[in-house]
Amino acid sequence: MAVDEKLKIELGKQGILVTTLQELYNWGRRNSVWPMQFGLACCAIEMIATTMARYDMARFGAEVFRPSPRQADLMIISGTVTKKMAPQVVRLYNQMAEPKYVIAMGACAISGGPFKQGYNVLKGIDRYIPVDVHIPGCPPRPEALLQAFITLQKKIDDQRLTGEQRPPHLDEKAQGEFPVPKYGEHDLEPSSNPGVWPVPITIR
Amino acid sequence: MTLSPYVSLTVLFVAALAFGLTPLGLAWLWGRVFSPAKPNATKNAIYECGLESKGDAWVQFRPAYYLYAIIFLIFDVEAVFLLPFAVAFTGLGYAACLSMLIFVLLLVEGLAWAWAKGVLTWE
Repeated sequence: MAVDEKLKIELGKQGILVTTLQELYNWGRRNSVWPMQFGLACCAIEMIATTMARYDMARFGAEVFRPSPRQADLMIISGTVTKKMAPQVVRLYNQMAEPKYVIAMGACAISGGPFKQGYNVLKGIDRYIPVDVHIPGCPPRPEALLQAFITLQKKIDDQRLTGEQRPPHLDEKAQGEFPVPKYGEHDLEPSSNPGVWPVPITIR
Repeated sequence: MTLSPYVSLTVLFVAALAFGLTPLGLAWLWGRVFSPAKPNATKNAIYECGLESKGDAWVQFRPAYYLYAIIFLIFDVEAVFLLPFAVAFTGLGYAACLSMLIFVLLLVEGLAWAWAKGVLTWE
């Protein structure tokens, strides 16, 4: 049951807190997102800076970088995903417990960036795993990562626990395993996961 | 009727236990009721920094390592005892020197035993 926003604010002024289970649950979730501790390239330096005193990601409850995917909620793809590294990234994503979120940080992670034409760089991690927030930039400044994190918090806040739009971790039928690509002769096999990333049709 | 002085302690103990266990229980219940488990082979695999684990984790080490380590440790600790002895040497009496000598000789005997056993020869 949704409470009327205006009524809620009015009641709040009178000192009465009105909430729903969903709001409480999402409030707890969004304020204790634990990112996974791994950096791929130069964006990781900005990610480290974001956690340090000057930018202080701890203000948003995300300072606990976990060294194991079992304890992490958030994967920050910070940097270039080479084709050699892609299977490991996808495997780590698979090993994270639900609910899990992904921030693709920087031009390389979202599209391959300056290395897009290269033979050994993945043209965006969203080919294999669902990405929640993309941050452009090369590298994005720590403020940009904070902005992405706040965007993710808003996204978590808006998630409904029931109904068709419920998040994958509450949906029995949602995809649970994301196939880990293998090293092929020329490229990773498969070269993308059609379940997350429909191959765009090139019109010539 | 007077209450036993331990009653309040027991109450506090139960409260402390409940304080810790209730959130855990609620979280477990929440997971049971709302969140469907989605296990799969990749998720349940052994975590090895994203790589597939190879071989067995039960690697055998030669016992020679162990013997080396323990002999090193003994003489390391001996050095710790010898240092204050050496610092206070001029002010010490006959009995202190004798007991230190016995201590050192005991360890030397151990070293001689290890030497005779061939522990110090690395193959």
